[in-house]
Amino acid sequence: MSDERPPHDLRDTMLAEASLAHGLTRTWRTPAGLLGALSTVDHKIIGRRYIATAFVFLALGGILGLLMRWQLARPEARVIGPDLYNQIFTVHGTNMMFLFAVPVMEAFAVYLVPLMVGTRNIAFPRLNAFSYWVYLAGGILLWVAFILDTGPDVGWFAYVPLSGPQYAAGKRADIWAQMITFTEISALAVAVEIVVTVLKQRAPGMSLNRVPLFVWSMLVTSFVIILAMPAVMVASTALILDRLVGTHFFNPAEGGDVLLWQHLFWFFGHPEVYIIFIPAVGMISSMLPTFCRRPIFGYLPLVLAVVGTGILAFGLWVHHMFTTGLPRMGESFFTASSMAIAVPNGIQIFCWLATIWYGRPVLKTPMLMILAFFFTFIPGGLTGVMVASVPLDTQVHDTYFVVAHFHYVLVGGAVFPLIGAVYYWYPKFVGRMMSERIGRWVAGLLLVGFNLTFFPMHILGLQGMTRRIYAYPEEMGWGGMNLFVSLSAVVLAAGFLLFFIDVFRAARHGPEAGENPWGAATLEWATASPPPPYNFARIPVVRSANPLWDSPDSLPVATGLRVDRRELLVTSVTEARPEAREASPSDSIWPLIAAICTCSMLLASIFTPWAVVWGMIPVAAALTAWFWPKGSPEEEA
Amino acid sequence: MPRPWLLAIGLLCTGCSSNWQSALEPQGDVARHLDGLFWLFTITAVVIWLAVMLVLLLGLWRRARLPQAVADRRAGIAVGAAVAATVVIISGLTLASYLATRPLASDAPDALVIRLRGFQWWWEATYQDEAPDRGFLTANEIHIPVGRPVRIELAAADVIHSFWVPNLAGKQDMIPGRDNAITFTAQQPGIWRGQCAEFCGLQHAHMALLVVAEPPEAFDRWREAQIAEARPPADEVEAEGQRLLEAKACSACHTVRGTTAAGTLGPDLTHLGSRQYLAAGMLPMTRGAMAAWIADPQGVKPGNNMPMVPLTADELQALSAYLVSLK
Amino acid sequence: MRQHIVADLGDLPLHGQKSASMTWWGTLAFMLIEGTGFALMIGVYLYFASLAPEWPINAPPPDLGPGTGVTLLLLASLVPNWLLGRWAAAEDLRRVRIGLLLMAAFGIALMVLRIWEFAALNVSWDANAYGSTVWVLLGLHTTHIVTDLGETFVLCAMMFSRHANNPRRFGDVQDGVLYWYFVVLTWLPIYACLYGIPRL
Repeated sequence: MSDERPPHDLRDTMLAEASLAHGLTRTWRTPAGLLGALSTVDHKIIGRRYIATAFVFLALGGILGLLMRWQLARPEARVIGPDLYNQIFTVHGTNMMFLFAVPVMEAFAVYLVPLMVGTRNIAFPRLNAFSYWVYLAGGILLWVAFILDTGPDVGWFAYVPLSGPQYAAGKRADIWAQMITFTEISALAVAVEIVVTVLKQRAPGMSLNRVPLFVWSMLVTSFVIILAMPAVMVASTALILDRLVGTHFFNPAEGGDVLLWQHLFWFFGHPEVYIIFIPAVGMISSMLPTFCRRPIFGYLPLVLAVVGTGILAFGLWVHHMFTTGLPRMGESFFTASSMAIAVPNGIQIFCWLATIWYGRPVLKTPMLMILAFFFTFIPGGLTGVMVASVPLDTQVHDTYFVVAHFHYVLVGGAVFPLIGAVYYWYPKFVGRMMSERIGRWVAGLLLVGFNLTFFPMHILGLQGMTRRIYAYPEEMGWGGMNLFVSLSAVVLAAGFLLFFIDVFRAARHGPEAGENPWGAATLEWATASPPPPYNFARIPVVRSANPLWDSPDSLPVATGLRVDRRELLVTSVTEARPEAREASPSDSIWPLIAAICTCSMLLASIFTPWAVVWGMIPVAAALTAWFWPKGSPEEEA
Repeated sequence: MPRPWLLAIGLLCTGCSSNWQSALEPQGDVARHLDGLFWLFTITAVVIWLAVMLVLLLGLWRRARLPQAVADRRAGIAVGAAVAATVVIISGLTLASYLATRPLASDAPDALVIRLRGFQWWWEATYQDEAPDRGFLTANEIHIPVGRPVRIELAAADVIHSFWVPNLAGKQDMIPGRDNAITFTAQQPGIWRGQCAEFCGLQHAHMALLVVAEPPEAFDRWREAQIAEARPPADEVEAEGQRLLEAKACSACHTVRGTTAAGTLGPDLTHLGSRQYLAAGMLPMTRGAMAAWIADPQGVKPGNNMPMVPLTADELQALSAYLVSLK
Repeated sequence: MRQHIVADLGDLPLHGQKSASMTWWGTLAFMLIEGTGFALMIGVYLYFASLAPEWPINAPPPDLGPGTGVTLLLLASLVPNWLLGRWAAAEDLRRVRIGLLLMAAFGIALMVLRIWEFAALNVSWDANAYGSTVWVLLGLHTTHIVTDLGETFVLCAMMFSRHANNPRRFGDVQDGVLYWYFVVLTWLPIYACLYGIPRL
């Protein structure tokens, strides 16, 4: 490639449109071939991989859900034994939380945030590549272990002592704990990239009050990740140490404490829900104006609500522990804080309603999914108020009521907007439109299938059906409703199946999308679909919160960047005033090698603590090679 | 000892069995409180949901066009009012919840104290008494007097379990290294089922507990019967059963007071036959079920800690006859 | 979409310093992650201390010698670290080389002392929860010293290579300096916990 390098310090000001595009492509493109694919640091390619991988895990996790419904359709069924069933529900939950929900939201951000803020690549693109490989390895670890019958079987929150050295023999719990490490590393890395991209790489003029709401929500999410995930790292590390080298963190006989696990886990685990939910509300806030054909109502309250949700998320963890016998006064505090989170969520709902009310809504599929969100998430939020109440929680905690509640919140609140987001941004990702006709069916099947599946679970929970049971006696009288639930799950699955079919179909047969098929207002629609490797031939200049609506004919842009090296703009944090023309790292195979070394070390450390000592050497070598200057133009300063 | 009312309730329960482990059919003081609170929250939630859906539908349906400045001003007022209403409702519910918490913490000095320990996957109940010889152990079925507060002291022997009898009260966890307790009063006689609510491993699904609430006299009779040593064998077969119990591996884990069987790893079997269920709610207390259980405990309840003890068909017959006879 | 040019940014510098540099922000973000981790581990320590009837559990308090030595050495290292930051800002390659060698020497000395410090804890990690916590707390901080030492070695090698004279490298050195402040700063509450609380 270097032999056809353009001349040194070639600026975009010197080139006409066609040769500018040509020159930029040559600088930014990912070379063809396997090595190119493994070395790429293009946020769009990595983002697409992330999204596709996350949806594979969604499908796999969904199959596990169906298997559970098969077993539970009849009383005392013997389709699946307790050992396998426990692995299935553990892998289902772990997979959906750590391998699907969090990564898919971050994946959308990896793809969209650089485009929405008008830059050419994500900050720390090699770290981004590294994070994907580590995530993939974590997913493979969990699923291979499951297929080999060593899948974790202690529930997705792996309470000690059940997951401790005494009661969880074998390597199942270690697999769980180490998979946490993998996914946390990748999630934290992406969070850092997003924070720096949003703070430092926004297009000139995109002051904080002009940042698209999805970007705001990802900024808040990233901070929540940064502050919440260390807690589960500490917890899972302590668990691994207890299991591997005989520490006593969770052993009450030696001064340890089993509730410490719950505190640490839920200090992460509750924010985790918001790590999934906040991006979804950002998606809604970004999609809704397009389909209501007016700017979002209440930009500032929406930003404050998201920030407020992110802060409050850290004051709720004890509401997962209301039945553990903590002091009553403390519990009442957590009731109040848990209920208080209804206020920022209410603000968002009301602002969206106002946007719809005073807009001219068009019922395209993304909008239908937003309506499905309203129908489904609000009951989930309201049952959330119920479980936030200490006395009520003592009845519904750990029952199917709670299973219903969190599926309403996570599927209704996050997956429905996500499916809408796929319909919305698919044209940008792929360059083709998905089908509106199939989209309506998908929306209908998901909405009906979901509610028929999960609503009866509220009643089952109140009738005494506890969660995580692989069988129930016939005399409990839960059989009829469980059969109904299991049959409804098939409808829900059909909705997802149809969705996947449409995704594959549209990639080949969908109509060409063009730059801005929906007539949207944000910057990602100002470039080709799919965007070229450099995103924008010239960096856009932003003058309002809805740039494409406020200057619909012609995009104001800035010039002066180099074409012969990967260059993007660094701007100031609040005003987005240009500060530097910074280089963006070139492709490199070292992130992959570093990921392989890191993952091997972590995997081996399940078996011996010495793996950490010896494994550090190749990791350090790979990281050094990664950062060692190669004399490329990107090195110039 | 005939107890016709118990039989009647038993029949009633098989008729409408879905109500014997239900938070929606409160039969205790605590559960009643919670039920009231539940409906307060539920009705509020339904009203809010309907209101939001109505506004959403109207918003989709109407086609009014206003200048954006006017629209934004009106929207501002509407959103402000809705947020204010949210704050009021949330505060009200928080207060209601807090008020409902207070009676739960009430201390009852005259309460009957039962110590309940969770094991993988059964319950050990200890009834204490000032006279040490009047305390006794039983398992998987507790009796309580109607109208008198009961304080259940909760502990765990291995992993975390959770005590939950929804008709009587909310749940409370049993946590290794920590002591918890729950107090409630059954308001009428009846049989209620509870189930471990915190995932505790392979047979979490089959860790049920029966709570029999009976009039004080009936409770006292039951208590006296439980204090007594095991009833001696009534015939040759039962005598052979007792001999097997003492001679085979059974006695390593189980106690039958009045015999030499004094193991402490498994449930106390002194009055096993008086319980309605076998294996923590899995099987009815019949000779057939008993034989099936002893012959293949891992087939009936996979993963549980009871090993299969090799027995001939006759031995199995004798042993199950004896165990069921331990009223 | 059609475009019209409204600005020419060709005169901007090719590399930003401090808050105009992305790695500076990245370093801050990682410090936030690790700082949260430290805070949580200290939280675990205090949590156990509040639960235990006696603290430390079945062990004498750790000996003060090596830990205080480490503390003094860490504090002393702030001086060359500060100088290194200034030299890097001035892009003075010769002095930066000296500074990096000095910091590497400090790092090695700290590691040696640290080994003694583990022995001076007077408790094994598998004795009880107290032992587990102090070992992990100390281990976590040691990881940071090791990481920084490794980074200092790599920077050293880089600054003695042909890639040295580049503002980017001086920026890297400044990020290293920033990170070392963090390593020293986080040690102080850990030191107070490990050595102060058992003596209360």
